[in-house]
Amino acid sequence: MPAAVPADPWLAALESVPGLSDARIALGEYVVAAARDGLVAAMTVLRDDPRFAFAQVMDICGVDYPDRTERFDVVYNLLSVAHNRRLRVIAATDESAPVPSVHTIWPAATWWEREAWDLFGIVFAGQPDLRRILTDYGFEGHPLRKDFPLTGYVEVRYDEERKQVVYEPVKLTQDWRSFDFVSPWEGVTTLPGDEKVHQARVGGKG
Amino acid sequence: MGESTETAGRTTQTLEIDSHAINFGPQHPAAHGVLRLILEMDGEVVERADPHIGLLHRGTEKLMEYRTYLQNVPYFDRLDYVSPMCEEHSFVLAVEKLLGVEAPPRAQWIRTLFAEITRILNHLLNVTTYALDVGAITPPLWGFEEREILMEFHEAVSGARLHANYFRPGGVNRDLPAGLAERIGEWAERFPKFLDELETLLTGNRIWKQRTVDIGVMTPEDALAWGWSGPPLRASGIPWDLRRAQPYDKYAEVDFQIPVGRNGDCYDRYLVRLLEMRESLKIIRQCLAKLPAGPVKLHDNKITPPPRAEMKRSMEALIHHFKLYTEGFHVPAGATYTATESPKGEFGVYLVADGTNKPYRCKIRSTGFAFLQAMEHLAKRHMLADAVAIIGSIDIVFGEIDR
Repeated sequence: MPAAVPADPWLAALESVPGLSDARIALGEYVVAAARDGLVAAMTVLRDDPRFAFAQVMDICGVDYPDRTERFDVVYNLLSVAHNRRLRVIAATDESAPVPSVHTIWPAATWWEREAWDLFGIVFAGQPDLRRILTDYGFEGHPLRKDFPLTGYVEVRYDEERKQVVYEPVKLTQDWRSFDFVSPWEGVTTLPGDEKVHQARVGGKG
Repeated sequence: MGESTETAGRTTQTLEIDSHAINFGPQHPAAHGVLRLILEMDGEVVERADPHIGLLHRGTEKLMEYRTYLQNVPYFDRLDYVSPMCEEHSFVLAVEKLLGVEAPPRAQWIRTLFAEITRILNHLLNVTTYALDVGAITPPLWGFEEREILMEFHEAVSGARLHANYFRPGGVNRDLPAGLAERIGEWAERFPKFLDELETLLTGNRIWKQRTVDIGVMTPEDALAWGWSGPPLRASGIPWDLRRAQPYDKYAEVDFQIPVGRNGDCYDRYLVRLLEMRESLKIIRQCLAKLPAGPVKLHDNKITPPPRAEMKRSMEALIHHFKLYTEGFHVPAGATYTATESPKGEFGVYLVADGTNKPYRCKIRSTGFAFLQAMEHLAKRHMLADAVAIIGSIDIVFGEIDR
């Protein structure tokens, strides 16, 4: 699979678009990295250039990697019905650096950008409607971040005395049990002088 | 309109604007669940529509990061609870892709068969309750009777009418019980007659056409720009079907037509669904005819459980069973966006694996999300009652939209 990368002229065409780099085929799917600055221009080319003709953005989502300096990936899944082809555009960002909004290119982007803001706290510059979408009115925090606990911070119940719904800190009678399934016999230990074998073994993890 | 008064050469006109906002839902029978639609009205005409979603948000994507791949399959039944098996389909195919495995042929045929049964199940609910939304009570009464038969097929293979949890990475959970294929075949012979009867109720019905023709028109360009897919996109005149364009499982080996509309209005969306049910029937018949013998899941006990009988005799099988249901299987690092043609449209799963037994991130691309987003575009300058028809025609289910 990876050997086919330089042979594909379409990938070279993709990389020639300003702002896009590192075009590759992973698991049979086209993936390309994008710089935040030229994102709108690059996306416009992807939509309007007849070689690409990505008339649809099917999905925009965030992925959180807390260990990286730019912890978020914003993933755009584009679809071209004319060429029957999909493309995944990935732009990296952090908590504060805004990603240019693409809602002027595809109006469908608005809700997905709102969702990425709601669940990850990714800011989209130029998006006029950056309200929360999935979480409760007045919710605090961004629940899909890896450092947000699964149980959340508040729970809701109806208070019979006050005749209203009240928020309270989460009280658990039993802690959430998270089991560690990483086997000490696999992939963790590397004997001195054995680094090459280890690298080869975990090579796919990038 | 007010009156105009003329004072000293200046005309002052008093305009009375009848503008108010109304809350449509969250508990409204025509909101198809928990849609809260804030409508800004000019009299009885919709000026702005702002859907508030998330009232059924259960944090599925977050929960999935804490469960093994196998434990995550049932969550997909609970997304679009009207077409459970089709939702499983995307996830199962995504996991198989990351694992680099393929289900055996019989399993793929069974999955194709049940994906189409589920499609009819979904369209029956949508078409008939849509009719209910605009005032016809008979279609749902008839349609739900047929749905019950289909849910018996679900029950026969999985033990559950709705939340099947039947498709698994590497195949399906178990083989069809004896006689089921014949029962499905008999039903497939009867069903066209039901569709004919349903059409006599609606297709030529004067009231039905008055309520749906030229309502909520979506041009092909707009439909693409708003990220539409599935029957609503086809009703706008774009012949795009993932079963044909990017076939998965056994769709490349079955023969079917793709109904396409011309006007992109509510009526065309209804017609496309109705015709799709007949095409699904064709696929079901072909699946039954071509169903080969053989295993229904991979013979790799790292991914699929060993047979119960073997566990009684083989220590290794017992260990495999235990490991599979506690730790699950580890999926090699990688990412995939895998989409299938669910009854509503493109249902995609963006799955990021990091080599452990749990997904690192699983984004669910819900179909109705894109449809509902275009609500304002569709409903603008329509009457309030038309907004109800539009909601019915885009086939939204909140389990899926809110996740």
